Amino acid sequence: MQKLGDFKLPHFFNYPPYFTLQPVRDTREKQVQLWKDLILDYCRTQKIFVIGLEEEDFALFSNPVIERSLSHEARAAFLSALVSEGRAEWLDKGHRKCLILWHRVQDWADIIFRFVKDNGLEDSVMTVEEIRSGIESRGTELHGIDRTILMRALRVLEQKGKLAIFKGTSADDEGVKFSMEPF
Amino acid sequence: MATNSLPKADLTSSGRPVFLPNEIECSILSSVDLECDDISNFPLLKSGLLILTTHRLLWLPDNNPSSSAAAVALPLSFLTHIFSTKKSVKTLFHSPRVRFQASLDPSKSVVMTAVMRGKGDTDAFLAKFWENWRARAWENDVQTQTQAQTAVGSTSVSGSGPASGSGGFYTREGAVRMVGVSGILRKEQEMWESTDKSLQEAFQDLNALMSKAKEMVILAEKMRQKLLSGSNSKSSATNDDEVGSKEEMQDWMLSVGIVSPVTKESAGALYHQQLSRQLADYVRIPLERAGGMINLIDVYCLFNRARGTELISPDDLLRACSLWEKFDVPVMLRKFDSGVMVIQNKSHSDEEVFARIKALVTNPDTLRTGISASDAAMTLGIAPGMAKEHLLTAESKGLLCRDISPDGFRFYVNLFPEISTDDVYLVKDYGIYNTWVRVASASRLE
Repeated sequence: MQKLGDFKLPHFFNYPPYFTLQPVRDTREKQVQLWKDLILDYCRTQKIFVIGLEEEDFALFSNPVIERSLSHEARAAFLSALVSEGRAEWLDKGHRKCLILWHRVQDWADIIFRFVKDNGLEDSVMTVEEIRSGIESRGTELHGIDRTILMRALRVLEQKGKLAIFKGTSADDEGVKFSMEPF
Repeated sequence: MATNSLPKADLTSSGRPVFLPNEIECSILSSVDLECDDISNFPLLKSGLLILTTHRLLWLPDNNPSSSAAAVALPLSFLTHIFSTKKSVKTLFHSPRVRFQASLDPSKSVVMTAVMRGKGDTDAFLAKFWENWRARAWENDVQTQTQAQTAVGSTSVSGSGPASGSGGFYTREGAVRMVGVSGILRKEQEMWESTDKSLQEAFQDLNALMSKAKEMVILAEKMRQKLLSGSNSKSSATNDDEVGSKEEMQDWMLSVGIVSPVTKESAGALYHQQLSRQLADYVRIPLERAGGMINLIDVYCLFNRARGTELISPDDLLRACSLWEKFDVPVMLRKFDSGVMVIQNKSHSDEEVFARIKALVTNPDTLRTGISASDAAMTLGIAPGMAKEHLLTAESKGLLCRDISPDGFRFYVNLFPEISTDDVYLVKDYGIYNTWVRVASASRLE
């Protein structure tokens, strides 16, 4: 099986029409569905949170084996489909960068909640940075999470009263005071 | 044999009459009844198309499927008399009638009546009827062919001259023996005499041409005046001068060698109908050669080239094609989504083409590489432009997918329906997706 890094690629990744935006409606719907799922899968396993449309960084958009590459129009189409489904967000008005939510924000909130519980941090204070790169986070999905997404998830929990976000000692670092009751 | 009807007339598959060699169509009238009181059991020939040619008078049933009458033709040679129309108070209120006498049997002579219920010009028709009968064009066919096609018809002597003149010396009774010195001298003499004769004839032709040119100038002037006065061509033909020049124009055109193109003159309001049928006839052979489908633009070029003169406009062509819906002809106009218009046989089956395309894209090579429009054109035996239309149509039906790349615009068999969204790694043990996976992997190992 072909691989991209350590990601197992499906067979149809070598099917040339997969890389051309199909005009016929039914065919297009299937194609979009397959691309959406593939993008989310790939991003989750590779921990990719942001996709830049114009860069060559996102390897999934090209297949050198069959010498095919998605056009800009095609990339925009598939990412827009993800946005419509709530699995992605445009980070800029020019639609050049896209934030990928292979976990929805609510799912991240749940993950943080469990993380706090699992590590007995119900009453403690941590910096945001510590949450995403501290020792406790190693081996969990939180490790290396995109800051924007983390902040969103934290705010969701804040609204529920599970924690409080406050400005930290240094200018750009925020802290979190958890106040989750042990159940 | 006792006849109780007219001889049958042969029609083409589009309902146009099959003409005899050198037969030229002169006049068409619609909504004509043909009656014969002298014959019992005469068939009911009502509301049909009356076509006058140089050789025959034809009656064709109209499109109405309920009329069971068959097309008939009366050779003008059977005519014995044409009655002149008497204009009276009675005739003002009735449809005009043309009565004539013909002998269908050697023993029997019958009187027939053509009742003109349509809007055509009966008097002009009658005049042409007389003329064609008098001209006895069918007799000329028996003689040499050159006579019927000569462009200069004013002197029949010069027409038949070459045929009998240059051959005369050699076919006359008691052929002269060409031996010895006298033979040589004789030969020279004859050559000189025949050259002289040809020169004379050429000059005669030239003189005839000059006089025709003069006629043309007069005719052009008449037409110019007619246009200037802006007269309505449908007005009654009481003005002899108008009728005259119209006749002259028609004769001249016919004599220049246009063997019965359907002109606006001879068919009037029926122009597009008859053109439509003629086009359907013409297009049959090019269609076969092109594999069942031709681009409308190509038909326009081919048809006009075949007509030679009396070219039709693109608008005429389009209208003629659109009229096919109303007739029972074996061809149809078809417009693709891309805007391309083609003429195709009604019997053309899209399904059959799709089956062939499917067979083409599922062989081991094309599974891997797909096909281009030219590949399809070669395999299907049609023009590349047509092939592309077929491929696009097949794509819209979900049979194919497109692949656009620097390599070009290609089509592959559509595998998307075969891919499972629940498990993207799943490949069944059978089916086209399975075959494709094996073929694609094999090629990469090479």
